[in-house]
Amino acid sequence: MSLAPYIPLLPLAGFLINGIFRKQLSKTLTGIIGSGTILIAFALSVMVFNDVSAGNTGDIVLFDFISVADLHIPFAFKIDQLTSIFLLIITGVGFLIHVYSTSYMHEESNDHFARYFAYLNLFVFSMLLLVMGANYVIMFIGWEGVGLCSYLLIGYWFGNTAYNNAAKKAFIMNRIGDLGFLVAVFWMMQTFGAVGFDEIFAQLPGEASTATLTGITLCLFVGAMGKSAQIPLYTWLPDAMAGPTPVSALIHAATMVTAGIYMIARSNLMYALAPTTMMVVAIIGLSTAIFAGTIALKQYDIKKVLAYSTVSQLGYMFLGLGVGAFTGAVFHVMTHAFFKALLFLGAGSIIHAMHHQQDMRQYGGLRKYMPITHITMLLACLAIAGIPPFSGFFSKDEILVAAYAANPVYYYVGLVGALLTAFYMFRLYGMTFLGNFRGDTHHVPHESPAAMTVPLIILAILSVAGGLIGIPELFAENGHKLQQFLAPVFAKGEQQIAQHAHPSHSTEWMMIAVSVTLILLVIIFAINKYRKYQHTKDANTGFASVLENKWYVDELYDAVIVKPLIALGNLFNRMDTGVVDKLVNGVGRAVQYGSRQMRLVQSGNVGNYVLLMVIAIILLIRLVFYS
Amino acid sequence: MPIDYYIYLSVILFSIGVTGVLTRRNAIIVFMCIELMLNAVNLLLVAFSKMHHARAAVSDAATSIGTDGQLFVFFIMVVAAAEVSVGLAIIVMMYRNVHNVDINFLNRLKN
Amino acid sequence: MLLSSFIWIPLLAGIIAFALRSQLLIKQITLYCATVLAGLALFASCQPMGSHYLHHSSGWLATLGANFSLAVDGAGKITTLLTAISYPIILLATWNNNYSKPNSYYGLLMLTQAGLMGVFLATDALLFYFFWELALIPTYFLCSQWGGENRIQVSFKFFIYTFMGSLLMLVALIYVYFHTPDQSFAWESFKAATLSKQAEVYCFVLFFLAFAIKMPIFPFHTWQPDLYATAPTGTTMVLSGIMVKMGLFAVLRWLLPVFPEMSAIAAPYVIMLCIFGILYASLIAIRQDNIKRLIAYSSIAHIGLMCAALFANNTNSFEGAVIQLFSHGINIIGLWIVVDFIEQRTGITQMKQLGGLARSAPNLAIMLVVIALANVALPLTNAFVGEFLMFSGLFQMNIWYAVLAGVAIILAAVYTLGMIQKVFYGEATQIKFIADIKAAEAFALVSIIVMIVVFGVYPKPMLELGSEVWGTAKAAMAMAGK
Repeated sequence: MSLAPYIPLLPLAGFLINGIFRKQLSKTLTGIIGSGTILIAFALSVMVFNDVSAGNTGDIVLFDFISVADLHIPFAFKIDQLTSIFLLIITGVGFLIHVYSTSYMHEESNDHFARYFAYLNLFVFSMLLLVMGANYVIMFIGWEGVGLCSYLLIGYWFGNTAYNNAAKKAFIMNRIGDLGFLVAVFWMMQTFGAVGFDEIFAQLPGEASTATLTGITLCLFVGAMGKSAQIPLYTWLPDAMAGPTPVSALIHAATMVTAGIYMIARSNLMYALAPTTMMVVAIIGLSTAIFAGTIALKQYDIKKVLAYSTVSQLGYMFLGLGVGAFTGAVFHVMTHAFFKALLFLGAGSIIHAMHHQQDMRQYGGLRKYMPITHITMLLACLAIAGIPPFSGFFSKDEILVAAYAANPVYYYVGLVGALLTAFYMFRLYGMTFLGNFRGDTHHVPHESPAAMTVPLIILAILSVAGGLIGIPELFAENGHKLQQFLAPVFAKGEQQIAQHAHPSHSTEWMMIAVSVTLILLVIIFAINKYRKYQHTKDANTGFASVLENKWYVDELYDAVIVKPLIALGNLFNRMDTGVVDKLVNGVGRAVQYGSRQMRLVQSGNVGNYVLLMVIAIILLIRLVFYS
Repeated sequence: MPIDYYIYLSVILFSIGVTGVLTRRNAIIVFMCIELMLNAVNLLLVAFSKMHHARAAVSDAATSIGTDGQLFVFFIMVVAAAEVSVGLAIIVMMYRNVHNVDINFLNRLKN
Repeated sequence: MLLSSFIWIPLLAGIIAFALRSQLLIKQITLYCATVLAGLALFASCQPMGSHYLHHSSGWLATLGANFSLAVDGAGKITTLLTAISYPIILLATWNNNYSKPNSYYGLLMLTQAGLMGVFLATDALLFYFFWELALIPTYFLCSQWGGENRIQVSFKFFIYTFMGSLLMLVALIYVYFHTPDQSFAWESFKAATLSKQAEVYCFVLFFLAFAIKMPIFPFHTWQPDLYATAPTGTTMVLSGIMVKMGLFAVLRWLLPVFPEMSAIAAPYVIMLCIFGILYASLIAIRQDNIKRLIAYSSIAHIGLMCAALFANNTNSFEGAVIQLFSHGINIIGLWIVVDFIEQRTGITQMKQLGGLARSAPNLAIMLVVIALANVALPLTNAFVGEFLMFSGLFQMNIWYAVLAGVAIILAAVYTLGMIQKVFYGEATQIKFIADIKAAEAFALVSIIVMIVVFGVYPKPMLELGSEVWGTAKAAMAMAGK
């Protein structure tokens, strides 16, 4: 446990070294520093994990961060089961992606290569702060920090205006969420007089009314909407695919976007005490899952498909949180980190081989040219689609079962979402790997180097086997190791939730059978449909074009929010020079005008002066003697 | 004789002076009107002085109360004489230069 | 002695600078004096409250009951420290600039510093007024002599506008003076003054107008964008980094303690005005193309938040505002250094004509990004601590204040990132190449960045300074609030 503070410090050191000496370091050295620090952090995380398994949890206070009157916010880390799981995911997947990047980014010049690794290390540092913070303020530091790194990495190729716009959009959307988070923090400060997790949860239930808790949790959830790309703040994530592909894998799939889930899981007690918020979380999660899934059906950019799939999977996780399946949500975060990172890295491998071509209509038949990428991607697709015994099956099943227990409607809608997932993933698989090569035949794609394929293989193993730590009761007694491990964290929250009757085993068997059969049917249908995909010139029509254009949500936001704000800005701008400043100048002008008029009295004509004098004297006499 | 008559007379004289200054354009006449106003004031001073002195003399024949008003009159007459000499000199110089004593002609300092 | 040297050193340096001819010598002497002063200010801020170093009083206009009395508390330490530290940074950052008539330029610049120091130190109302004007007059000459386009017109407007405010304050000052128990201008006597309800309202309004114009907050801000766009950038740094703090400092030293009840009554109106101003200025900033005007409007927004926080009547917001005095000063000077650098190299301030500078000047780009992030109050930068406390204070007063003012942090991200993008990213448009920063500028920028990060990660020293109050501004407000 005493080693824990070094876990975030290592990536920070990597960031500083790579950032400051970016012109001096060779690419090899940069890569070693960048990945090495994360590897050591991973090793430390494993030690911390072992420590925590042995029951050593607690807080580490580093120094006083903000201390005003009766408000004390220490810079402190909290090491417990939930944190240690996230530490492993972040440093583990992070390390693989760093290694992968050394090869993927090799075309960049020395200093830009170092800049990339500096940003990536800074990201890992911020993410670690986020999950290690012992209070909401430290969490918020990491929360904004990951947003910043995401901004920097999306706009990594800063020469491209579209990329910059995407980066800016991501940052601003996140900031909208951050405002919600910040308001929640203030609210907690006011209600509990503290921001530390332990201090707050110790006062619950009792210290705060349900209405207050609903307000706080809703504000926090706004933060989660921004960071974890939920309706209505999800539109930045697909645009964020402008960044280098490993970045998409690390930040926009495996780690950063799950920050919202971590935050709610961490605050499980508060959420459990605010049933309205739980319902909102579940409904938003579910609708995001479906909505993003429909959009993914008609995208042609391979990364866009994966991006919408991420949004959709995040929706599942929120559904899990909303129905009280905190473990299920964290479990899905973990398995999702494996298979989605794998999918993105696989897509990166393809994009690398296809010379930065991302349009799936130009792919086809890659199975022959890229065997390792093909196999690993196939495994990932099976995992995300939820085919047993791949990891995605267990985590998704857990969420869906809990959803059924809470409200069967959630389950049915969720199942539709799962079918959508299976369809678009195998559409991607079919268009990319099956059929004949449709691209430029002069540049035959080839398999990527080992630095890229080894991480793919490791992630593939994890995607296949990762689910085994969470086998439901149904298959094995005491099979759900993760649940047992996380139990201390969620115990208080789960106590507060009205326990739904767990579906009986036979119902559960039925549900699994139905869902797996349906998913298999959808997969077969999708493969059949897209195996022989031929590009036609016909544009999509009707509903398909609505989907291809993402339900026109971007256009809607543009018209409803961006345009009016800009118009208001213009109005104020004109008003500032036209009204406010005119008023100020008007005062000056009035004085000038007045003096010009007064000046006329000074005609220089003695007669006038005398006349005025006489009139004035008469008035004076009148005033003095007759008033 | 009651003081009222002196007051009426000097008010009339003063008003004639003011009217003259305001309405006439000939510098000499304006000048004379100024003198008229001064003399109206002189008259008033003398009249009040006499009145106060007469009242005080009833109890004490040797008193000097009220005589300072007459002293003012002498001051005014001396100053007026000096002023007249300067003023007339200006008017003469003006006539020599522009062959005119119209005061409206003297607005060249304006602008 | 120590405190009066804060005023005499820049004054003497200014006078010496006037007499010299060699530009290099002038620069060296002013930099030397400014550095010595920074050291002294640092020493003073390390002294505990009540130390004999922190008080100074000698006779001045005894017949009027005005003394040359100076003192500092936490807020005074922070503002004098800001003034003292900013000057060497500003002088270094503009080291490579050449000004015509350098002796008068640097002389006036140092005179301004003497005036600023006086404002932050004076505990005598007449002395305070004296320095208030002393700080204004040299800046007028600086702007009207060395400024850009329309300089005469713009600086005249600035002068008349702020001077009018000062005169309003003078009226109130004299009125309060006649109602003090012992006919004195001392701060303590001012607090003890007994005014009728009516008179208190008028005096409060007059004082507030003077300070509101100086800060400036909406709708008294219109002198500012023009002036910042026109003034020589070295002067703009002084104006925006330090001089606008005069208004805020005056609020917390002279307005809140002297009129505690009125302040509590007026607080909601002032805060609403400030919050409208914040949103107003932020939205305008989004639509600016001139980088200098953009920063000017961004400054109006930030100042508005600080003013609102000062009135929010609780410890969090009060301390947040006090430490933000320092953070905002440092950050905005950093922004101006970058702008000055770009303007000196390219002669352009329109963002449309810039772009892609990150390619040829990566170091400059990195520094701008760090400073810009501090400007949007990202955590672990100095501005976060201040803004966090200010927002939390506003929240305690009314949740909607915090939410509405909080919208500004989103808008701040919009215009700040827009600025970075338009200036540094994208394809190079007109300017294909500019040289990266040189040693002097690099030193100035690096020291700013070090301060941003150090006080962002470890704000404790600043917070401790902020909690030191010899007066009872906070206590008085707390009492009035109950």
